[in-house]
Amino acid sequence: MSEHPLTVSNEEADLKNVAFTTRLEDFINWGRKNSLWPLPFGTACCAIEYMATVGSHYDISRFGAEVVRFSPRQADCLLVLGTVVEKMGPILKQIYDQMLEPKWVIAVGVCASSGGFYRAYHVMQGIDNIIPVDVYVPGCPPTPEGIIYGMLKLQEKITKGGIVRVRDRHKIAR
Amino acid sequence: MLETDIKLLANILPHLPQAIQSQILAVEEFLAETTLTVRRESLRQVIQFLKTDPNFCFDVMMDLFAMDYLKYVPETPERFAVVYYLVALLQNRRIRIKVFLPEEDPTIASIHDLYKAANWFEREAWDLYGIKFEGHPNLVRILCHAEFEGHPLRKDYPSDRYQRLKTTTSSEGL
Repeated sequence: MSEHPLTVSNEEADLKNVAFTTRLEDFINWGRKNSLWPLPFGTACCAIEYMATVGSHYDISRFGAEVVRFSPRQADCLLVLGTVVEKMGPILKQIYDQMLEPKWVIAVGVCASSGGFYRAYHVMQGIDNIIPVDVYVPGCPPTPEGIIYGMLKLQEKITKGGIVRVRDRHKIAR
Repeated sequence: MLETDIKLLANILPHLPQAIQSQILAVEEFLAETTLTVRRESLRQVIQFLKTDPNFCFDVMMDLFAMDYLKYVPETPERFAVVYYLVALLQNRRIRIKVFLPEEDPTIASIHDLYKAANWFEREAWDLYGIKFEGHPNLVRILCHAEFEGHPLRKDYPSDRYQRLKTTTSSEGL
């Protein structure tokens, strides 16, 4: 009676019960995407919607992103929630620069994404003028569902990305 | 209470000393609020009187802002105006003081020493309307960024003229 080709030895069977194999990149990205530490840069009503998103009803912790940090050195996902005026630009840039890699940026709401309805003397026409943005969430303000959807899109993006991120993914004009 | 107040303020003019009365160009009543239009050169004199006179005691300056009456109908005596809101806390009374300023020389005496609150309001009026407050200790922009040119709330400022920060890259000194 010959041994079946798919038969595993006892040692192999034991090993399969305690370990599995994957690619290093997938494993690290899996860890990263499920433990985002957000830093809210809240300047307007979008930040109020974000409060609801973090609260128990919408509960962003279902997606592992509930540990909100107020120091850029402890966060890896910058959420720009609201209108950013031109004068605020250098401050936002400084906060982004203080964050360590890997880091991601979500522009929440139309003001952060494109200036929104402020086409006037003072409002920056999208924060991607000064920092790279990974996900744009539309809405004025977006619903908590919208913000969660943006988070999920960012998780998708992290899954697809490599471990080592290229710092100048986007060419910034200044 | 309200009626007495209306009576008192409607009859404010006779209670003022002759030296102050002669500086008042117009008295206007609207929605139980009195507006005095005052000669430009005697603004400080009138405000000082209203603040210190025991019959009035307007001890708080609530607001100070500028107006641009360009293309305003009906036409005003001059293009610009500065409006002061004073409150007498004990009598629960309010009064508006209005001064018209010519387009070619929008200059008015500062009242920062009479009301400390006027300091930043005067900077705001300078920033947004280009009203010069003589005697102000630090008449520099307060809202717009340091490289901003012009005064954005003037009616002849193009509503879509957006000014970017070009050389400032750090948040210091803004």
